[in-house]
Amino acid sequence: MSHYEAPIRKPLVTGDKSYHDVTVDIARPIEGRANKLWWIVFSIALFAFLWGLGCIIYTISTGIGVWGLNNTIEWAWDITNFVWWVGIGHAGTLISAVLLLFRQRWRMAVNRSAEAMTIFAVVQAGLFPIIHMGRPWLAYWVLPIPNQFGSLWVNFNSPLLWDVFAISTYLSVSLVFWYTGLLPDFAMIRDRAKLPFQKKIYGILSFGWSGRMKDWQRFEEVSLVLAGLATPLVLSVHTIVSFDFATSVVPGWHSTIFPPYFVAGAIFSGFAMVQTLLIIMRKVSNLENYITIDHIELMNKVIIVTGGIVGTAYITEYFIAWYSGSAYEDYTYLSFGAATGPYWWAFWALIICNMIVPLSLWWKKMRRNIMWTFIVSIVINIGMWFERFDIIVLCLSKGRTPSTWAMFSPTFVDVGIFIGTIGFFFVLFLLYSRSFPVIAQAEVKSILKLSGDRYKAMRKAQGDDVQLYELPKQQPLPNFEKLIEEQESQEEVTEESGNLAEKLILNIGKASKDVADDLKRLSGIGPALEEKLNQVGVYTYNQISNMTEKEFGILDELIQKFPKSKTKFWAGEANLLNKK
Amino acid sequence: MANYTLQALYEDDDHLMKAVKETRSGNHHIEEVYTPFPVHGLDKAAGLKPTRMAITSFMYGVLGLGVAIWMMNFMMIDDWPRNIGGKPSFTFFQNMPAFVPIMFELTVFFAAHLMVITFYMRSKIWPFKKAENPDPRTTDDHFLMEVSAEKNNVQNVAEFLYATGAKEVTLKQS
Repeated sequence: MSHYEAPIRKPLVTGDKSYHDVTVDIARPIEGRANKLWWIVFSIALFAFLWGLGCIIYTISTGIGVWGLNNTIEWAWDITNFVWWVGIGHAGTLISAVLLLFRQRWRMAVNRSAEAMTIFAVVQAGLFPIIHMGRPWLAYWVLPIPNQFGSLWVNFNSPLLWDVFAISTYLSVSLVFWYTGLLPDFAMIRDRAKLPFQKKIYGILSFGWSGRMKDWQRFEEVSLVLAGLATPLVLSVHTIVSFDFATSVVPGWHSTIFPPYFVAGAIFSGFAMVQTLLIIMRKVSNLENYITIDHIELMNKVIIVTGGIVGTAYITEYFIAWYSGSAYEDYTYLSFGAATGPYWWAFWALIICNMIVPLSLWWKKMRRNIMWTFIVSIVINIGMWFERFDIIVLCLSKGRTPSTWAMFSPTFVDVGIFIGTIGFFFVLFLLYSRSFPVIAQAEVKSILKLSGDRYKAMRKAQGDDVQLYELPKQQPLPNFEKLIEEQESQEEVTEESGNLAEKLILNIGKASKDVADDLKRLSGIGPALEEKLNQVGVYTYNQISNMTEKEFGILDELIQKFPKSKTKFWAGEANLLNKK
Repeated sequence: MANYTLQALYEDDDHLMKAVKETRSGNHHIEEVYTPFPVHGLDKAAGLKPTRMAITSFMYGVLGLGVAIWMMNFMMIDDWPRNIGGKPSFTFFQNMPAFVPIMFELTVFFAAHLMVITFYMRSKIWPFKKAENPDPRTTDDHFLMEVSAEKNNVQNVAEFLYATGAKEVTLKQS
C-alpha cells in the first residue's frame, strides 16, 4: 500500500496514537489552564522585558552616550546582540524549508515552534539597529522613498542597507510561511472550541479555513514553493549580515570565510535554542510522544555538523592569522594575541563553549541524554554570543595605532537592554505556547500512518498490505425521497400563508389583546420583548405553551435580538402559569 | 430540475480514497471533499486539475527582479549618481555587483508574498471569513465527500454511498 516505510526507521509518533488522539493532545495546552510554574516564568520574563523597556526609553531620551561605547569601540553589545538574535532566528526556516525540500519527516514535530522562535528572535534582532539609530522615529529613512531633501536616495552599495532588505524580507516571508501553515490548525481549534469567545477568536485567526480538497492542493504547492524560496533566503540573510563586517577593512573582519562560516554558526546557535525551548516544552505540554528522544538526537546531529563547520573555520582563521606574518593579524579575535591578551577570557569562552563542549555529542549516549543536551544547548548559546562579541570588540580593541587601543565595559543600560530582549522573547514564546497549536497537527496526521507507532505495529503484525482502518458503524440510511417531499410541502404551506407571522399564528392559535397575559413573568422577557411579541400576535400563555423548536425558530427570524437560548423554559413555564 | 447534494462521512483517509475512486467509476459527480489534512493523491483521484500556484510565483518573482533593477538603476544611476570613494559606479553594469543582494531579496519578496495573496484570494480565505466546512469533525478526524444527485435518483445515490461504507449519509440543507 501507499503507507510503507522501512521497518528499521524508528516511529516519529509513539504511543499508539490515532488521528483523534493527535487532535486532543495538541489542543490540550490551549484548552487547559496555565499552571503555577507557567505564571512564575511568565512573570520573570515580563519583569525582564519591562526593565529592558525602561533601559530603551532611557537610551532614547538621553542618547547613545549612556552605553559603554568609546572612540575605539564604537560598536559593541548592540551589534553583538543583533547578530546573535538573527543567528538564532535561522533554525526555524532551516527546519521548515530546507528539511521540507529534503523530505525529512521528523521536522513536522518541531517546525511550528522553531518557526515561532525564528520570528520572535528576528523581532528582537530588529530592535537593535532601530535603537542604535538614536532617533528611532526616523527609522523610515532607511527605506528608498522620496523625501524632503530632494531625491536623496539610500545607498544601495552599503551592506547595511542590504541588511535592511534582507532582514525585512526574511521576517515577513517567515511570518507568512508560518501563518499559512497555522490556518488548518487554527481551524481545528475553532471547531473544537466550546466558548463563543474562543470560537470567534480562532474563527478569525483561521481565516475561515474549511479544508476543501482544492485548498489542500494549493496549500501543499504553496508550502513547497515557499520552502524553495526560503531556502536560499535563509542562507542569504546571514551572508548579508556577515557582509556588514567582511566588506570593511578592519583586520579580522575583512575575511572571505565569513559568509559560509556565519551561516553555519547561525544554524548551530538556532538549533541550540530550539533544543533549549523544546526540551522544556515537550515536558510541560506533555508532547513526549511527538517530540521524541529521536528528534532530540537528530537535532544534536545537526549541531555536530554545523558546530564542526564552525570549528574548522576557527582553526582556519587562527592559522591564517599566524601564517600571514602580519603584525595586525596577531590581534584579531582568533590569534595568539587574543588568546593571551587582555581579552583572554572571551577568547577561551568562545573556544570552550563552541568547540570543546559540543564534541561530547559525538557519543550516542550523550546525544540521547536529555539533561546533557539541555546543558550543551545553553553552553552553545553562550558561546555563540561570545563569538560575536569577540569578532566585534576584540578586533576593534587593538586597531592599527596602539595609541587608540582601548577596552570596552558595558553599562547597566547595555546589560538591561540585552536582558530585556531575552525577557521579551520569552514573553512572546510563553504566550505562543498557550494559545497556538505548537505542533503542525495537520502535517503530523498526514504522516501518522507512515510513521506512527500504532500503524507501524499493525503492518509488522499483519504484513505491509494490511488494511489500516476498520469500517465504521453505519448509521441507518434515511428515506431521502420522503424527506424531500416533506420539505417541499412545508415550503408550499409557507408560500400559501404568505408570511412567517401568519404561519406562526396558524400553528399556535389565534389570540387578541383583550385576553392578553402578563408575558413578563416568563424568564428572559422584559417589557420591550413583550411588546414585540404582541406585535407578532403572541398574547397568551396558551399560545406560548403550544410552541416548539420550530416556532421559536420563526420568532428568531421575526424578532431582532431574540433570546433563543432562553426559550427552552418558556413552554414549560407558560404551561404552569396557564393552569393557575 | 432541482439539484440535491448528499454528504457522506468517513472516518479514515484510506477508506475515503477507496470511496472516491468508487464514486468516480460509478459515474457520480463529486462536488467537494473536506479533509482534516492533505490526503496524498486525493486531487488526482477526484479528478482535480493541477494547481498553477507555482507558475504565478515564478511570474511574480520575475516582476520583483524587474522592479529591483528598475528601482536601483533609477535611484543610483539616473536620478542621483554618487561618487563613492572613486569606485566605478556611473553605469548600471559597473555598479551591478553591488545590486545583486537586493535584486535577490526583492525577487523572493515579490514571489513569496504575491503568491500567498493569490492563494488566499483564490481559495477565498481571509480574516472574518466564515468557515464553510459542513461538519466540525472534518477538521479533526473525519472526512466528508459531497456528491450531487437529481431528485429522481437521490435514493439511488444515497444507497450507493451507503454501500461504500460511509458512516453517515445526509442531505445537504441549502
